[in-house]
Amino acid sequence: MGGTGARGRKARRIVKILVTGASGMLGGAVATALTLRGDRVRVLQRRPASLPGVEEQRGDITDPAAVSVAVDGVDAVVHLAAKVSMTGPWSQFQRINIGGTATLLDAARDAGVTRFVQVSSPSVAHHGAGLVGVGADPADPDRARGNYARSKASAELLALAADSAGFAAVAVRPHLVWGPGDTQLVARIVERARSGRLALVGRGTALIDTTYVGNAAEAIVAALDRAAEIDVHGRAFVVSNGEPRMVAELVDRICAAAGVTPPRLRVPVAVAKAGGSVVERLWSSLGRTEEPPMTRFLAEQLSTAHWFDQRTTREALRWSPTVSLDEGFARLAAAYRAS
Amino acid sequence: MVSGDRSMVPAELPGLDPAWSRLVTAVDSEGVERTWHVLDTAGTDTGAPDTAGPSGYAGTLLCVHGNPTWAYLWRHLLARFSQPDAPPWRVVAVDHLDMGFSERTGTVRPLAQRIADLGTVTDALGLTGPVVTVGHDWGGVISLGWALRHADQLRGVVLTNTAVHQPAGSPAPTLIRLARLPGILPAATVSTQAFLRATLALANPPLPESVRNGYLAPYRTPRRRAAIGGFVEDIPLTPEHPSWSALTEVAQGLDRLAEIPALLLWGPRDPVFGAAHLRDLRGRLPQAKLHRFEGAGHLLAEDADVAGAVVRWLADLDRPTPNPVRSPSPEPAVPWRPLWAALAERAEDRSVALVELAQGGRQVSWALLWRRIREIAAGLSASGVRRGDRVALLVPPGADLTAAVYACLRIGAVIVVADPGLGLAGMNRALRAADPAHLLAVGRGLAVARALRWPGRRFGAGAGAAMLGVTTLGRLARIGAGSPELPPAPGPDDDAAVLFTSGSTGPAKGAVYTHRQLAAMRDALSALGLDPKAGIVAAFAPFALFGPALGATSAIPDMKLTAPRTLTAAALAEAAVAVDASAVFAAPAALRNVVETGNALDDRQRAALANVELLLSAGAPVPAVLLAQAQALMPGAQPHTPYGMTEVLPVTDVTLDEIVKAGRGDGVCVGRPVPGVEVAIAALDPTGTPAEQPGSAAGVTGVTGEIMVRAGHVKDRYDALWLTERTSSRNPGWHRTGDVGYLDPDGRLWVQGRLAHVLTTPDGVLTPVGIEQDVESLPQIGRAAAVGVGPRGVMQLVVVAETRPPVRRAGPAEPKLADAVRAVTGLPVAAVLVVPTLPTDIRHNSKIDRSRLGRWAERVLGGGRPGGL
Repeated sequence: MGGTGARGRKARRIVKILVTGASGMLGGAVATALTLRGDRVRVLQRRPASLPGVEEQRGDITDPAAVSVAVDGVDAVVHLAAKVSMTGPWSQFQRINIGGTATLLDAARDAGVTRFVQVSSPSVAHHGAGLVGVGADPADPDRARGNYARSKASAELLALAADSAGFAAVAVRPHLVWGPGDTQLVARIVERARSGRLALVGRGTALIDTTYVGNAAEAIVAALDRAAEIDVHGRAFVVSNGEPRMVAELVDRICAAAGVTPPRLRVPVAVAKAGGSVVERLWSSLGRTEEPPMTRFLAEQLSTAHWFDQRTTREALRWSPTVSLDEGFARLAAAYRAS
Repeated sequence: MVSGDRSMVPAELPGLDPAWSRLVTAVDSEGVERTWHVLDTAGTDTGAPDTAGPSGYAGTLLCVHGNPTWAYLWRHLLARFSQPDAPPWRVVAVDHLDMGFSERTGTVRPLAQRIADLGTVTDALGLTGPVVTVGHDWGGVISLGWALRHADQLRGVVLTNTAVHQPAGSPAPTLIRLARLPGILPAATVSTQAFLRATLALANPPLPESVRNGYLAPYRTPRRRAAIGGFVEDIPLTPEHPSWSALTEVAQGLDRLAEIPALLLWGPRDPVFGAAHLRDLRGRLPQAKLHRFEGAGHLLAEDADVAGAVVRWLADLDRPTPNPVRSPSPEPAVPWRPLWAALAERAEDRSVALVELAQGGRQVSWALLWRRIREIAAGLSASGVRRGDRVALLVPPGADLTAAVYACLRIGAVIVVADPGLGLAGMNRALRAADPAHLLAVGRGLAVARALRWPGRRFGAGAGAAMLGVTTLGRLARIGAGSPELPPAPGPDDDAAVLFTSGSTGPAKGAVYTHRQLAAMRDALSALGLDPKAGIVAAFAPFALFGPALGATSAIPDMKLTAPRTLTAAALAEAAVAVDASAVFAAPAALRNVVETGNALDDRQRAALANVELLLSAGAPVPAVLLAQAQALMPGAQPHTPYGMTEVLPVTDVTLDEIVKAGRGDGVCVGRPVPGVEVAIAALDPTGTPAEQPGSAAGVTGVTGEIMVRAGHVKDRYDALWLTERTSSRNPGWHRTGDVGYLDPDGRLWVQGRLAHVLTTPDGVLTPVGIEQDVESLPQIGRAAAVGVGPRGVMQLVVVAETRPPVRRAGPAEPKLADAVRAVTGLPVAAVLVVPTLPTDIRHNSKIDRSRLGRWAERVLGGGRPGGL
């Protein structure tokens, strides 16, 4: 994986790795990839992960007792567990994303863990304007947009601040991860397209990077393997497929893969943003917990460019995507046909 | 005494390093101790010289601001020279007393005192080494005053939008006149910020608010603004003014600087200092390099990269490259033959030289043409047109233009030719840049010239002009017939012409040709296979001018030569009939219309076209299909399409057969260099930067790089564009074309696009033309453009295309089309956008404006609306 040859594989000591948040699509993919190459993997999450060959521990990332049990005897940690949502009160994001990361970092250092991969998000450095061909700017909790991004920014800063001799911390920021089994981006687009409620913001011409889940998992594994290297530890890396596409085209492709009709509705950007804010407030006040159809954050995300300079990432991690967008869409289509 | 212990400069001003700020105290010429504020790259908080120390410097740039700015104006210069790769020059920018953050003395300080004050500061700073003065506005005068008093240490002078003399007949700058109306001055300049804000509003593009606040920072109260009024009052508009003699002394002293290198950097959009002031300065500093920054204005240091220009100019100063004597290109084997030689030789020839087909037609014999040329030449001369004077010609191709052109050339006047295809705005910029002393135009041209207040004394051509009461060509000829004495002919290395580029890659540039170079262009054209005994149809403006010089009988078809699309097959054929044509020149757009109207030809017209042996189409890439279709109308002709540009034409030539033989490649095959032309390639590195030196012919086969050309008919220089000229001719003897391409193993040149349009992607450099050809091979695509979005090095490839049938509004392509585009190019195309029509240049109507398209794509793919292309 990630450029490690057969010789490297033989030479490598069997290590034990904790993956948090493995019930999600990306966490599951990371745990599976590590297991498949022969690492011993323990996972920590609240819901069952149901991954073969993996030692499963159920528990909450904010529970110090559960966390210290989870890190006991592991060499490395990949931290994915987070509250991923576009709405919700700040206190929850703070408790889970910031508090959870702090708890895990403390426990990991106490347990003698030597490598720590913080799975982060490019939104931690995003101030609302477009991101065009940029690298990984420093995380900025003050100016990041929305509770999720702000809390993840703080969490990343915590993790990178913990980087020290004997504890190599690195942050990986995959952008818009998707693939078969995705309940976030893909499932929502498909579900709304099916019910005729999907509208494109503007003409959908904003250029957006995405990451096929397998590529993101490989990048995280590569970061884990190289965490101690001089040009890797203490740094953050944006990860994407390096094949930005217009939002309209992405939506079209996803709908085509799922066999649903792509949207014909278009919502002007300003309306979407204003509407997003209203819906956001209304949704929260109604006490609804599932995601609202449009938030201001999402409207911004879908109406401004987000694509990245991948040169540093690929050089430092010695990683590059193995699944192209087209191949990814084909796999997605196969998964939909099978279900 | 120098002290740097305190400063009133706000801690944070955009672009200003607080470490530059220091105070200098010294006794002025009146014996009073004064404190100046200066920005100094060698200054530190302790007032001690920086690490390098003054001795580490090659010299000092002494920057002098005008009114109502302060040393902040020069912050980009200070910043640039603080960088490690800058030439080792210290930058000192002084705030005049009562200005910026210098002391408020409460005194009135006229020009002479200001000049003395500057000397006091430089003495206090101990500036003993070489100094280059840099001045703006009224600071330009003060800096020159300092320069004249410090000749021993003066290394050069740099001037930006300034003047030392109010040229006769030109009104005082409006702002100044308004500000000096009785009762207005104190209100405009001191008690309010009106004058200050009006000046800052001249910046183009507008200044960010934070920068504007930087300029306002020292002038927050009326008391602190007192000197702004004083400065305006100190501008002497009449000899009675107390500063008149000081100003005159500076102006007249400039001839003592003849040996001093000078750089004039100019923003033409300046209501304060205009073309007349620039002309005056050029006259006084004839050695000065001049660069006009098109689109920039009065606050030039804000609008343009003045620092970058000064860095380059200093580099040339410190490392004097032996400026090659004129014409380093291989000398022509034959002695110089003036452009009018063929005409003079046929002075007795009564046969037809020129046929105009428009408006009922007109024929002119060689004898009459030459007689008219001589008469007009004598008439112009008698009317005060001197050798070296520029004459703008706004006359459509035909007998009048031909006579006017050769008359001007014969007396050494320099013709200025700007194609109306540039559009009014483009013409306006071009004529202001060339600044002709005379302007010869038809009625409409005169009206436009008057409306837009173009420079130059007026002459007219045609009936419309006669009615406007200007001296017409007819009248000039009559004057000339009365006093037929002609002044001596110009020499081969005198300027002959300023020809403007099409402006499809930024504002049109003036290319200056000498007589030798124009003659070489004639000879290169003749080498394309022209038989002087044959008739030619000149449906392409440049050839309409060169026909008589080639000694060929020319027919100008009934069309608007500036709108190539107006040429019909019948009009072309009638012109061919008129001169029994064996050669046809037509722009690609003209040829396209000829092909489309070919069905309307009758038998007689078809027969005339069948006699054509040579078909030349140039000006823009010509698709082989089009050449083949044109050949079907002219079955006896071999189509050629020479490659070249306003700066050197032709460079290469290729026949349709050869194009077919070469097959598909990554670009357009333009064939092999014409005789006397050398082509070389400066390979691009992964950042898209061309090598400084061309690769050897053997080593560059298949390598993409900037196309370089060496020939006797390359332009002499760009006009008033010193920086551009420096870039294009940095390899002595070579012209850097700004085009990219490669040479194939058979020695053929392939053009791949413009250097400015090269895409630097993470996977390497891509050139647009080959990609576009691939996309255009799809049946559902009309024309296509490949542009890059994003920063250099990580650009994403975007294809923008016209579809068949065209879409009604711009937007993302359907997935199926995007798939087809990706498949046919085999490249990672990030986005495919479809548009109703792609923007093209006005002149050729065929060169896609990729720069504009790139900016549009950048905006749309950033999430903007796809309208507004």
